[in-house]
Amino acid sequence: MSAVEEIVTEAPAVEAVPKRAMTLGYGTSLVVLAALILIPLFVKNFIIFQMTMLLIYALAVMALNILTGGSGQFSLGQSAFYAVGAYTSAILMEHAGMNYALTLPVAGIVCFGFGFLFGQPALRLSGVYLALATFALATAMPQLLKLGYFEHWTGGVQGLVVTKPDAPFGLPMGQDMWLYYFTLAVGIAIYIASVNLLRSRSGRAFMAIRDNEIAASAMGVDVALYKTLAFGVSAGITGVAGGLGAIAVQFVAPDGYTIQLAISLFLGMVVGGVGWLPGSIVGSAFIIFVPNIAEGISKGLSGAVFGVLLFLVIFLVPHGARQVAIVAQQLAAKLKKN
Amino acid sequence: MELFANQVLAGIATGAIYACMALAVVMIYQAIDHLNFAQGEMAMFSTFVSWQLMQWGVPYWGAFVLTVAFSFAAGIVIERLLFKPLAKAPILTNVAGFIALYAIINSVAGLIWDFTIKQYPTPFGSSPFLGSQLISTHQAGMIGITLLMLALLFFFFRFTRVGLAMRAAASLPESARLVGINTSWMIALGWGMASAIGSIAGMMIAPVVFLEPNMMLGVLIYGFAAAVLGGLTSPFGAVMGGFLVGIFENLVGTYIPGVGNELKLPIALALIIVVLVVKPAGLFGRAIVKRV
Repeated sequence: MSAVEEIVTEAPAVEAVPKRAMTLGYGTSLVVLAALILIPLFVKNFIIFQMTMLLIYALAVMALNILTGGSGQFSLGQSAFYAVGAYTSAILMEHAGMNYALTLPVAGIVCFGFGFLFGQPALRLSGVYLALATFALATAMPQLLKLGYFEHWTGGVQGLVVTKPDAPFGLPMGQDMWLYYFTLAVGIAIYIASVNLLRSRSGRAFMAIRDNEIAASAMGVDVALYKTLAFGVSAGITGVAGGLGAIAVQFVAPDGYTIQLAISLFLGMVVGGVGWLPGSIVGSAFIIFVPNIAEGISKGLSGAVFGVLLFLVIFLVPHGARQVAIVAQQLAAKLKKN
Repeated sequence: MELFANQVLAGIATGAIYACMALAVVMIYQAIDHLNFAQGEMAMFSTFVSWQLMQWGVPYWGAFVLTVAFSFAAGIVIERLLFKPLAKAPILTNVAGFIALYAIINSVAGLIWDFTIKQYPTPFGSSPFLGSQLISTHQAGMIGITLLMLALLFFFFRFTRVGLAMRAAASLPESARLVGINTSWMIALGWGMASAIGSIAGMMIAPVVFLEPNMMLGVLIYGFAAAVLGGLTSPFGAVMGGFLVGIFENLVGTYIPGVGNELKLPIALALIIVVLVVKPAGLFGRAIVKRV
């Protein structure tokens, strides 16, 4: 058995997406933004809450997208970073009495450090091994959170209850709606920052590593540094999403951050289109609403319906929402011509 | 010293479970170069099928053979229907497909056989083995079956034409096609064999962990761990990895104070990460040299 693998002929694990194709044009962005701002004014509180979760998961999916679509590394361990972010926020709010908005940057920084450190051993792994190592991290996290040593801080199995913030400055809106707009503002800020990051020198370095590690290092990219940096950034954003999630759900507990969550985020990325940041929101909608739809179709078989729908998506549009967007664009161009 | 020996023995007994599953994991990895996240669920479904056959009055070994045959066929059908069209798709899409398959099988099994825990018979009995309280005859039998499967696999890959063709298709598909090997069917065969091995693992494990749709979740994680520890390219390594994980887990639980049941899993997983970092190809795996 020959132990030499031809790597040249092999397609890269993650498709090369040019950086211009990673974002939406200005016009479309504004339409989406307007929709996100206006819709909550007309719907019930529960739907506003769901939309908040939609944005939060979209952030987490986008973080994974930067890691996978940007730098070509897999992770099935995003739930661990999400959990660390959520716990950081919750502990700071409940034990240190910190303002909720201030806990988010702290959660982001803590997770950035955590992700950066985890990226060190992960450096030596690629493909399936990296997926497994991160999978291990995600499986271990709930167990670690339940540990007796940290119980004073984490509340052990019981978790922590977080108080929901009121709208500041006497703004005439409910808690849910305030939190939605707060999340939206944070989300937009992070989205813009991420887009700029991917367009910067660092972003080009990520993409060079994704497309061909050896060529990248030959061009002078510090592969180890940028790979761990990608992990750090991704973890940091996931941590902020986790902190927001803790505030929105008003509760953190170890069992909320199982491998299930990591798998959902992963699916969100695949459905949204790997390497296409706006797809994150589509993917997030998929992982929030499709299980509900599946439950509506058949209670006993909800898992099976979910699986079948997922198969349909990957069979019909293997590149996720990005493919739909491209087809739509081409159609629009054709209509204009006629 | 006696405590140590006993704990090692108990570790081998639990390790046999992981070894069984790891063997199936390695099998599929050899064939398709991916880890099948639905492997555990496929094994669980097969085990339920055998349980159902026994409920209908088929004797144990009859049900055993029928189930293995059924699983083999089902594995091939799944590959032909669902994963052959995805062969050219990116790896991430494939992983999403595995997760979808996982959800479907888990939910269907839950609907057909519900989520209550069921007793599953063992052909080896459950009395103490050779007078030892730590290892039962069933566990000894399970170790025996695992080693037997390993030997059969070794002979299959080493000494048969099909085995050689499968190895060729897995390591250099392009060249394999040029010498006339139908690589696409080799992959299907790999699925079938992995599914059959998984079903045997399921039927061996079920008497220990009891039969229910979620029985394989934890086992599969350990199975992955064992396979990675031993090296994903080596069936022998996978079995050894299974035993090692079992022993390690038990020793840590005994000798390191403060490690309760809840810390066993994280420690086993940390071990894997350490092994991967030090020796990325696993303990017994072949390091793959990449030509660039």
